[in-house]
Amino acid sequence: MGLASLSANLLLVSFIAYLVATLFFGGAVKGAKSEASYSNHRWGNVGITITIIGFITHLGYFITRWMASGHAPLSNMFEFTTAFGMMLVGAFILLFFLYRTPSLGLFALPIAVIIIGYASMFPREITPLIPALQSIWLAVHVITTVIGESILAISAVAGLIYLLKHVDMTKPSRQRFWLEAVMFTIVLVLGFVLSSTTFKVAGYEAHFTYIDKNEAPAKITYHYPPLFGMHEYEAQTPGAMEPWAEMPAVINAQKLTTFVWSVVTGTILYLILRLIFRRPIASLLQPFAKKANSQLMDEIGYRSVLIGFPVFTLGALIFAMIWAHEAWSRFWGWDPKEVWALITWLFYAAFLHLRLSKGWEGKKSAWLAVIGFVIIMFNLIAVNLIIAGLHSYA
Amino acid sequence: MSKIKCQCGHDNPFGTVLCEKCGRPMTEEAKKSEVVDMRYEGSARRSQTYKRSIIDKIWNFFSSVKVGVGIIIAVLATSAIGTLFPQKLYVPVNQDSPAELLAYYERLYGIIGTLYYKLGFYDMYNSWWFKILIGMLGTSIIIASVDRVIPLYKSLKKQRTKRHASFMKRQRIYGAGLSGDAGSSLAKAEEKLKNMKYNVKTEDGAILAEKNRFSRWGPYVNHTGLIIFLFGVLLRGIPGFYVDQTMWIREGELRSIPGAPDYYLENKDFILETYSKEEADEVFGEAIDRVGTIVKSYQTDVSLYKKKEDSLPGSTDLEHVKDYPIVVNKPLKFDGYNIFQMDYRLAELKSMTMQLIEKKTGKSFGQFTIDLDDPEGVYELNDGARVDLIGYYADYDGVENGEPVSKSPIPNNPAFIFDMITPEKPNGEKSFVAIRQTLETEENAYQVKFVSAETRDISGLTIRKDKTLYILLLGGLIFMIGVIQGSYWNHRRIWIQKGEGEELLIAAHTNKNWFSLKKDLNAVKEFADLPKYEDRLDNESSSEEEEGEK
Ligand code: HEM
Repeated sequence: MGLASLSANLLLVSFIAYLVATLFFGGAVKGAKSEASYSNHRWGNVGITITIIGFITHLGYFITRWMASGHAPLSNMFEFTTAFGMMLVGAFILLFFLYRTPSLGLFALPIAVIIIGYASMFPREITPLIPALQSIWLAVHVITTVIGESILAISAVAGLIYLLKHVDMTKPSRQRFWLEAVMFTIVLVLGFVLSSTTFKVAGYEAHFTYIDKNEAPAKITYHYPPLFGMHEYEAQTPGAMEPWAEMPAVINAQKLTTFVWSVVTGTILYLILRLIFRRPIASLLQPFAKKANSQLMDEIGYRSVLIGFPVFTLGALIFAMIWAHEAWSRFWGWDPKEVWALITWLFYAAFLHLRLSKGWEGKKSAWLAVIGFVIIMFNLIAVNLIIAGLHSYA
Repeated sequence: MSKIKCQCGHDNPFGTVLCEKCGRPMTEEAKKSEVVDMRYEGSARRSQTYKRSIIDKIWNFFSSVKVGVGIIIAVLATSAIGTLFPQKLYVPVNQDSPAELLAYYERLYGIIGTLYYKLGFYDMYNSWWFKILIGMLGTSIIIASVDRVIPLYKSLKKQRTKRHASFMKRQRIYGAGLSGDAGSSLAKAEEKLKNMKYNVKTEDGAILAEKNRFSRWGPYVNHTGLIIFLFGVLLRGIPGFYVDQTMWIREGELRSIPGAPDYYLENKDFILETYSKEEADEVFGEAIDRVGTIVKSYQTDVSLYKKKEDSLPGSTDLEHVKDYPIVVNKPLKFDGYNIFQMDYRLAELKSMTMQLIEKKTGKSFGQFTIDLDDPEGVYELNDGARVDLIGYYADYDGVENGEPVSKSPIPNNPAFIFDMITPEKPNGEKSFVAIRQTLETEENAYQVKFVSAETRDISGLTIRKDKTLYILLLGGLIFMIGVIQGSYWNHRRIWIQKGEGEELLIAAHTNKNWFSLKKDLNAVKEFADLPKYEDRLDNESSSEEEEGEK
């Protein structure tokens, strides 16, 4: 077995391990009466053991892929997002040993699973590095940033548990609406994974030529039936669906098509779930959060920001500036990706100040943590896919 | 302003909330509250005390965290607007032409694009209002820090071991109860706390155990780092601190380096490499099949020269300094300057070879070569013929007002006007020659015909000198020290003292991480048989523990 395929198999093992570990954490939470009584529960111990095994194989994936390609596997959407999933589990393991709370695992692991699933939808082959990325700083900067972001993300997991426990799902309210909106977004990601896999298995492809925004001719391939056509497109694949509408040059109609397919699939999925359970998704999850200790979740939410913020600063700002100076001759260029790293950083700075001085604890702090996660994901996904800059990978 | 005297005899500065020494509440509000606000030890802060003059008002404005967070959010939100559409710098049109810029935004983004341009968002990070926001952020950080750090420092320094019972009672973690033997409990607690690396002080039946006070200075250290960083950014406005130039240099060319007086650079060779098929098939094959060729590296081999020390002004007496291959991520470094590989253009026209022929017979008078950077005026040919180059347009862009015009000095589309002088036509015949096009005012007997063209590569380099980098780096370093200091350690204090008879009072405080504080406290409680305490902000875990004990 070559290194590259060994690497792919190791990733699969961790994916499964995380799924199994989730079940054990679920058992630990279910079998206990309260936070205090489940901290040393047997199921929880099995859960964390399996998680650690998964994490080690995940690390194995990372290292073998590094060996196969000769560079840190952090250079495209698939690699970057998978690494984020890995660090998220790592950050969870760290906080589990600080606080010993299985509820955190019950929520963090499924999120990691979804992230890895999402990552796998992108081209998975090993790409050679373009000159700007050929630097040791690629590894140093990106690894530090991802570790920082994933620790910050744990804060959102704790926040989510806190909110699931405390937001009253029986009466309509703004908080109930937004909590359900978070759940809906997660289902949309599943919709993307589902629709993308379906068309991939079916082997769908449609080729087009078009005129790009600098008025040059270009080519593009759709993996979904094209709902929207690129600027001045011409179909190259006979028999493929005719797009409904042509988009202006600044809109990437191929990505828009993917997006709309995912939203439609996700929405249908959501509606089916609602029809089956006849309740908001958030209230389905509520029982799993009920036993978590509120004060502890609040504290984990704050503590993980405290631990993650310095790491994030070092990776996403300081190392980024040093590398940018080496590669692009300027340490800061107001490139969208840089700006969004700055926004993330400022946001968490605001979080810390509000918490410290205005006493924003409990629900407010939990919401801020969730918003912070949304900003991180925005920078990871939307900025790469929509607002492409120097950093655009995919 | 007058001092406030506490019952314990200590003189506190005006504005004090909790006595610096014994912790008794000094204000009505503090006396009424169940749990006092311990953030700055209840010390007298300028912003909380003086609110009259205009200076007080400005001071109080900037020292407020509410305002500070407001400014942070404002910077954050406006920064986001700037990423909506590309900034000016990333727009591939002439940067100095407002009309072209506007046209670009309008063409691609329609009415919103026009608005984006008109409102100045297309270059917003350089706008006056964005700079003012950053300035306000800096001011706020300075004032807020000074307002707090001094009183905090003083009151931590003056704190007394023995506190008044009313102080203990108002802490978040508080417990009181009878102990079998108060004296021995205290002694045991002292021993245990010392083992746990607390700094223990005792006074008259009271213990103060303290740990990691230095972490309280973390925020002030990190704020200092930020200020140094912002100061460094400010400095780059000063001439000499910061050089940022670009140069295009062709293969074989020797040019003075813009922004670096007395230095010259020679481009010896430009090399572009793409990933080859062999290495591709091994691991990258799939990717290359999908996206086409991928550039592996581009590199400019250069020689750096310096003008000799004693040479006359204007002379070019050069001294070789070094040879270096500049590649992306590996700039050439010398004398505080960095030269980066940024861009390249392949196969730019270098020269063109032409020949003069007689149209009727096709007879050639020989060939001549025009150097497109420095075209000569006269080319002597065989049999007494010659060609005079009387007009040259490097980047021909049509005719305006009867005159051919050139868009730029770069030979992208060269055009010429020749005067062809032959024995038969000694007065010459004029001809306009551009790529795939010849114009004559009247029918000529002779013609200049294109034979071949030679090309070469040019390399785009950026020259930087940035004396502020070290200041920025220092700022970053101090910031990191500060955040780590403030985030990875926390200030913990535990007070234990005798009350009435065998009663013991315990109280504890930390600026963050109450979970670990309670763990510490539980360990001491076990060991020294201390009374039960409660965390007044966490009813759940207290009740859970009781459940667990049942
Ligand atoms: C981007 C700008 C800023 C950053 C990165 C920053 C960073 C920090 C950090 C990391 C802390 C420690 C927080 C904690 O331990 O929970 C802190 C504390 C603090 N910051 Fe900032 N800060 C910034 C701007 C400001 C501004 C504008 C103000 C003005 C009001 C301010 C006032 C404070 C105060 C009062 C504290 C608490 C100090 C203490 O508890 O002793 N900061 N800051």
